[in-house]
Amino acid sequence: MKYISEYRNPAVAKKLIEEIKEFSKKPVNFMEVCGTHTVSISKSGIRQVLPEHVSLLSGPGCPVCVTANRDIDKAIAIAERSDVIFTTFGDMMKVPGSYSNLAEKKADGADIRVVYSTFDALKIAKNNPDRKVVFFAVGFETTAPTIALSILEAQKRDIENYFIYSVHKLVPPAMAALLSLGEVKLDGFICPGHVSVVIGSKPYEFIAKDYKIPCVITGFEPIDILQSISMLVKQVENGEAKVEIGYKRGVSSLGNTKAQEVMKKVFEVCDAEWRGIGVIPESGLSLRTNFEGFDASKIFDVDVPPTKEPVGCSCGEILRGVKLPCDCKLFGKACTPENPVGPCMVSTEGSCAAYYRYGEVADGV
Amino acid sequence: MCLAVPGKVVRLKDSDMADVEIGGIETEVGLQLVSDVKIGEYVLVHAGYAINKIDEEGAKEMMKLFEEIQELDEIAKLSENDEIY
Repeated sequence: MKYISEYRNPAVAKKLIEEIKEFSKKPVNFMEVCGTHTVSISKSGIRQVLPEHVSLLSGPGCPVCVTANRDIDKAIAIAERSDVIFTTFGDMMKVPGSYSNLAEKKADGADIRVVYSTFDALKIAKNNPDRKVVFFAVGFETTAPTIALSILEAQKRDIENYFIYSVHKLVPPAMAALLSLGEVKLDGFICPGHVSVVIGSKPYEFIAKDYKIPCVITGFEPIDILQSISMLVKQVENGEAKVEIGYKRGVSSLGNTKAQEVMKKVFEVCDAEWRGIGVIPESGLSLRTNFEGFDASKIFDVDVPPTKEPVGCSCGEILRGVKLPCDCKLFGKACTPENPVGPCMVSTEGSCAAYYRYGEVADGV
Repeated sequence: MCLAVPGKVVRLKDSDMADVEIGGIETEVGLQLVSDVKIGEYVLVHAGYAINKIDEEGAKEMMKLFEEIQELDEIAKLSENDEIY
């Protein structure tokens, strides 16, 4: 497949690995902040071919995993209403809230439907004018413009029974929050490729400037990731901290300005609660006042009991890079993809699921 | 969840929609977030929408780098052989 197969060339990978080994002297921890990168790294076995002193940590890069329990509980409460058709991306179905998940509620009879895009959710709303159709708006900057478009489309077509429950998250503020927490020594970020397709490279510049942390935006094939590690190693060894783009076929410094405009028109930045991290200022998106008629959090007044976290689950620490999945007592024993306890094992792009699926079970390898 | 795949635009349709071929399968994709898309161009598809056009120049730059790396590898192999024989 064009733009994919050429980025899996073993000869190029070998050369890049040699380059990393040659340049890398200092022990370093690089963090990827994208679930798709996490999967690609585990699947291609990149950790195993790097020098021992170059470690890759997985950060809060999966929007499903970082959704706070309170938001999942509220979404479930909305989904249970008899006047609601609840629509969601499939990834959210099995994510545990405090007391249940959407899949269980669907089995109990709630009208919950998995959709591939907001097009499908809008179609359901149009075909069911007597029901309220709510879309669970989960995602980073990559997904937010597509959901913003659905609001504009609903407004244009007078679809008045379409609502979203927005738990959107923004990536750069979470990166800064992790650095401010200072729990893990980080020497560089592998920045998310498709978030950056939308936002460009500029929003990471404060990380390089204020925190002196090198950032490289990269794609998702093994060659892309090895190249980004090589670029990060060179920055570290040269004492530099700048934002570089390795994924030039998709990312420009300004990003997709048309997508940004759509997002800005519909959403405003708000504080948001992240699982395992807590509230991060200005790290979420909520609907602007002139679109509040579409805001499920305002339309549906749901009351949920206090949240609770699963006993023994280390998802919080894993999302902050403090623990590796295999450091969790439940990993691979009480918690597996078949019977997941925490969200990082549920989501296909969660760190625990990726480590489990590709056999990275001991000592981080 | 931020998965996006490259696809080739095969047909432009009404209301800013297009048929895009991804790995041999055609699927309908929204073009509302991108500008001036032409048939034959590649776009990155995420959750039913093209989130950007693939930058041919950016891709070529990487390919050139890869070719250089491979050439270096082949030269190295040739010189290894010289030493042996």
